[in-house]
Amino acid sequence: MLLIPCPHCGDRPEIEFSYGGEAHVARPADPAALSDEQWADFLYARTNPKGVFAERWRHTNGCGRFFNVVRDTISDFFVAGHKDGEPRA
Amino acid sequence: MQRFSALALLRNAIGGHEAWRPQWRTPEPREEYDVVIVGAGGHGLGTAYYLAKEHGIRNVAVIERGWLGGGNTGRNTTIIRSNYLFDESAALYNHALTMWEGLSRELNYNVMFSPRGVMMLAHTVHDIQVFKRHVHANRANGVDNEWLSPEQAKQFCPPLNISPDLRYPVLGAALQRRGGTARHDAVAWGYARAADALGVDIVQNCPVTGIRRAANGAVEGVETGRGFIRAKKVAVVAAGHTSVVMAMAGLRLPLESFPLQALVSEPVKPAFPCVVMSNTVHAYISQSDKGELVIGAGTDAYISYSQRGGLHIAQHTLDAICELFPMFRRMRMLRNWGGIVDTTPDRSPIIAKTPVPGLYVNCGWGTGGFKATPGSAHVFAHTVARDEPHRINAPFSIERFRDGVMIDEAAAAAVAH
Repeated sequence: MLLIPCPHCGDRPEIEFSYGGEAHVARPADPAALSDEQWADFLYARTNPKGVFAERWRHTNGCGRFFNVVRDTISDFFVAGHKDGEPRA
Repeated sequence: MQRFSALALLRNAIGGHEAWRPQWRTPEPREEYDVVIVGAGGHGLGTAYYLAKEHGIRNVAVIERGWLGGGNTGRNTTIIRSNYLFDESAALYNHALTMWEGLSRELNYNVMFSPRGVMMLAHTVHDIQVFKRHVHANRANGVDNEWLSPEQAKQFCPPLNISPDLRYPVLGAALQRRGGTARHDAVAWGYARAADALGVDIVQNCPVTGIRRAANGAVEGVETGRGFIRAKKVAVVAAGHTSVVMAMAGLRLPLESFPLQALVSEPVKPAFPCVVMSNTVHAYISQSDKGELVIGAGTDAYISYSQRGGLHIAQHTLDAICELFPMFRRMRMLRNWGGIVDTTPDRSPIIAKTPVPGLYVNCGWGTGGFKATPGSAHVFAHTVARDEPHRINAPFSIERFRDGVMIDEAAAAAVAH
């Protein structure tokens, strides 16, 4: 079980959180301008890296807020984290 | 190839078992192959076998980072069934199930396919509706699946607790009698042995570190831990690591890799006659021929390549197992491990050509690839050999996500499968 560093509350057990997937997947400013390939890429294609990975979590059973963390997907250790809206760590 | 038979067993027994030879070679990779397959799991080795046997392409290497069958082939809970909802899935998985039935004979290797029946439990009104829809859709597709009352389910699997005061009571079940289990390692070994006998090189402990492409974009070969290997075609069958390998060719796929856990108990006498799955409470259980209870859990929530998952996931499954099968409450678990499963947004696999000429991919099996091994390998070999998909895997393209023609088993099953 992960011990997830919530930037608002501190380290908390994983069962308090829900997963938000890959971070920085921004919704296109003008979706209508996108080709089908670009739209499918936004909706479905993911980096899915083996190594350092920026992801979102929501502290559902805590402060309730979304935040970003950087985790190593090989070791599952957290490398960095920041509050939603703040610059990337 | 040394053929296995009762006579061969007797002859070797008399000879003190001194004459058995290794079942496949350990070759040095050649400089060039017609086809290089990345990943020596069941699907990859099977692809090599069918390339050699059905398409006459024998200049083939299967390149494996670790040891053959050491990934998800050796980590799954060996359940085989084909009762999927949609026509495309039913065709694919039933193709595989039909091949399972003759696989031991085909490979002259006992894969211990045991069609002992797969029973899927319904715990809610929604489950009942979904399962009955499956039963009817399956019948229309010629796939056997039948609806059982709780009493009939208990008759089929006596250890089952059908008390109405369970947290998740058993309200009925869908039973596929042709479904069952097989020995997972034997599938990899059987395909490896048969492919090797047809001239396929299986190169283990050889990680692929890059995919080289020519100026026109076509595949030229793979960079490996043992140097560059030239190849006319490269077929990637790397399960949880598919995103990593495809990124070497500059491709991003609709895949995410999650840990999926399984456990086995201490071995006990035969006590459990079938496979029981409960998608709603995430419990999958059967008893191996060795006597261990083989238990599958759900996936973890997060992307990881760590091949282990959270304890709370396994505990959730064991809670359900203990409630459904009270006689197992005092069993001890011996081992717990994880495999990394690559899941697609619609929970159906991708078996297809890619935008890169000469590069093919078979991935996205998620939590349920083992059952499809022979069928997957068979249609993928066709795709690689002919440079066009087999009728059965044509719908399982990458472009289905662009074109919106999903095969949405995720919504159909509402859970991992």
